[in-house]
Amino acid sequence: MASETEAAAVIDDGVRRRDFINIAAVSFAGVGAAAVVLPLVNQMNPSADVLALSTTEIDISAIQPGQAIKTSWRKQPVFVRNLVAKEIAEAKAVPLGDLRDPETIDQRTKPGKENWLITLGVCTHLGCVPLGAAEGENRGDFGGYFCPCHGSHYDTAARIRKGPAPKNLVVPPYEFTSDTVVTIG
Amino acid sequence: MVRPLGFLVGLGFITALVLAILTTPLSNEENVAHSFHEHPKHLKLASDGLLPHWDKQQLQRGMQVYKEVCSACHGLHLVAFRDIEALGYTPGQVKTFAKGFQVPSINPDTGEPATRDGLPSDYFPSPYANETAARAANNNALPPDLSLITKAREGGKDYVYSLLTGFQNPPANLPAELKPGTGLHYNPYFANLNLAMAPPLAPNQVTYADGTKATVDQMSKDVTAFLVWTAEPKLVKRVQVGWAVVIFLSIFSILAYLSYRNIWADKKH
Amino acid sequence: MSFPWAKNYEPQLPLMKWLDEKLPLPRLVYNAVGAGYPVPRNLNYFWNFGVLAGAALAIQIITGIVLAMHYAANAGVAFNSVEHIMRDVNAGWFIRYAHMNGASMFFIVVYLHIFRGLFYGSYKAPREMVWLLGVVIFLLMMATAFMGYVLPWGQMSFWGAQVITGFFSAIPLVGEPVREWLLGGFVPDNATLNRFFSLHYLLPFVIAGVIILHIWALHIPGSSNPTGIEVKDEQDTVPFHPYYTAKDGFGLGIFLIIFALLTFFSPNTLGHADNYIPANSLSTPAHIVPEWYFLPFYAILKAFTFNFLWIDAKLWGVIAMFASIAVLFFLPWLDSSPVKSSTYRPLYRIFFWILVVDVLLLGYCGMQPAEQPYVILSQLGAIYYFAHFLVILPIVSRIERPLPMPNSITEAVLAKHADKTSDATA
Repeated sequence: MASETEAAAVIDDGVRRRDFINIAAVSFAGVGAAAVVLPLVNQMNPSADVLALSTTEIDISAIQPGQAIKTSWRKQPVFVRNLVAKEIAEAKAVPLGDLRDPETIDQRTKPGKENWLITLGVCTHLGCVPLGAAEGENRGDFGGYFCPCHGSHYDTAARIRKGPAPKNLVVPPYEFTSDTVVTIG
Repeated sequence: MVRPLGFLVGLGFITALVLAILTTPLSNEENVAHSFHEHPKHLKLASDGLLPHWDKQQLQRGMQVYKEVCSACHGLHLVAFRDIEALGYTPGQVKTFAKGFQVPSINPDTGEPATRDGLPSDYFPSPYANETAARAANNNALPPDLSLITKAREGGKDYVYSLLTGFQNPPANLPAELKPGTGLHYNPYFANLNLAMAPPLAPNQVTYADGTKATVDQMSKDVTAFLVWTAEPKLVKRVQVGWAVVIFLSIFSILAYLSYRNIWADKKH
Repeated sequence: MSFPWAKNYEPQLPLMKWLDEKLPLPRLVYNAVGAGYPVPRNLNYFWNFGVLAGAALAIQIITGIVLAMHYAANAGVAFNSVEHIMRDVNAGWFIRYAHMNGASMFFIVVYLHIFRGLFYGSYKAPREMVWLLGVVIFLLMMATAFMGYVLPWGQMSFWGAQVITGFFSAIPLVGEPVREWLLGGFVPDNATLNRFFSLHYLLPFVIAGVIILHIWALHIPGSSNPTGIEVKDEQDTVPFHPYYTAKDGFGLGIFLIIFALLTFFSPNTLGHADNYIPANSLSTPAHIVPEWYFLPFYAILKAFTFNFLWIDAKLWGVIAMFASIAVLFFLPWLDSSPVKSSTYRPLYRIFFWILVVDVLLLGYCGMQPAEQPYVILSQLGAIYYFAHFLVILPIVSRIERPLPMPNSITEAVLAKHADKTSDATA
């Protein structure tokens, strides 16, 4: 009797060990397959040469007050506007509560450089390039930028005031490397 | 039908081949240049073998040789300044290094061709505007771009190193038709023995910042090491990943084998 | 189409029952490569290569689709776009080297699969269709591999395209126009590169389709086996799953180890240095050779050096090269012996091994410059190649006296084990 139960235990144990090996082999294959998927997915991320273009230096010395230029950062349009005092005052006069995306002009410019408004030229609605950076273009009802695709109006601080866009024009990360040179990115 | 027809076709091919054998001379035309040609010397580098690493000091020295000597005639158009961070430079140093090069640009006001300071995202500029200009400046020989040179030549790094150190006077018994003509230089490691490139390196041609003595041999080794890196910047990473993959697969194969034996345990086959 | 004792697919989960009624795809898989496919129990490791070839194709398709996301099929930038993949794309070097060496692995596996078929007579009735479809796959693979090799637009890419399209110019009268039509120009150029890229992307899916037919045709008589004796009853077989899936899993592990060793430790060994020089239509590399898997055929092409009858040497070479593959289409009818496995064919077995050596010799000669003794060796090698299939095989299959054969697969297996035990006791 005793030997019989012992034999049964060995068989039981044997079966369990056997299953374990099959499961281990299959799990290992699964881990391997997952590890191979990583590079195959990662390859679609921006490549090293694209990332290398992620900082752009802009010389702003030639931009007169009241003018704007259109340049590019990561192949996206960037608007650099030299605001006049009146435009700054207009922007400051707006109560924050009236704004869809409440931000003060101080939050959107650098201290001491608040006449320099630097934003992406990408409408936050569906990604068109708003008008208003070049001379003679429609600047919309609020004297900033106007997106012709679906009629979004931005004010002098490039904040959304009217139309379908949900957010203000994005201020990219940037800093003044000198009084006349801005590094974006 | 297939077999008799096949037999005839086979006979046709065999006859054509037998006639070809009978009409082909069994001796080769002698190739004299062959006997003067030498096999590349072996160059041992830190990036060799199964446990490679980059000797950054050496790569930096090699880049210095490239910049101060080779770049006068040879481009490196696949390498960007940002890439040299891998040689142990800080982003700031890379920026300064890039600034030292003038890269083609356009004048933003007039659209005329112009140059500007290099940026880390720029590539090493080519010494010549185009192939025609390169040939015109080099007696109709084209100095090849060096980005891939250690992968693009039979013998790889050994060949590049041997070529750089292999310039010598032609042996006395060299037949007249193999003697270097004007503007050519004898080098037994080069395929046809006569190379348009003059010996590029002379002792102490560069001054190494780390105090290494700049012999021709040392500079050749350093620049070759640098060119191994430019040809395959991912070499070290590749082998490291390879180890992980092979170890993983070996464990998997052992498990798969045990699983296979286990499933077949009760079946004779 | 299958053996009467094949297990039937019985879905357990309600969802699977529902799916089985609407779209019996799991049933199809179950019957094709699952427990519903009875396979001879005595297959040796040479029967792993079919599954491995399928795995190699899958690897090529996956890495290829990914590479196509970064590659630019334009003669001006193709070379640099490959280097962009190697240097800047995340894990690009891995994917590119895997694709490059994956092609070699695919051919290694397929060549072993073909020679397995030759040794064990897998091409014979009732499996002729399996063999014919296999030769079609082989041809498609060669076309795909050739066009893929052109894409990096290095010197070997360019001159390979030049030489291979040059075969067509050997055709009398229409040769030159056909070649210009293939190239879309007078030398390989942008038009050539674009069409090769298009076809290189398309053909693997055609191959996958023909593989489905290949497996379908295989499932009608069922798999062959090392004895060459057909399955007689249930005890001759085991279900494909888990028995052969487990064995193929192990085979896949070994395959991947070899693949990884090539890809990570020696990725350029099977390639040519010249292909890292951008294509230049004005200068030919000193020594042009095709990729290793074409070398035996290249040697046959070069072996013909004599204008015989009204056909010149160049056309002879081209015809012979195509004939060396075409002959495989006729193989099931050239070999009339009813015995499949070489194990029981003492005479054929000798010639089989001579063929193996011959093909290796041709491959070696294909790599060498057009000098003696390589020319004469490739000529002798080519003579044997054609003689083997067109002369020797039909004769051998008539005069050979096969060895005594066991009555069934099970008997063969039991005899083998009995031998082992008696060896052990003795």
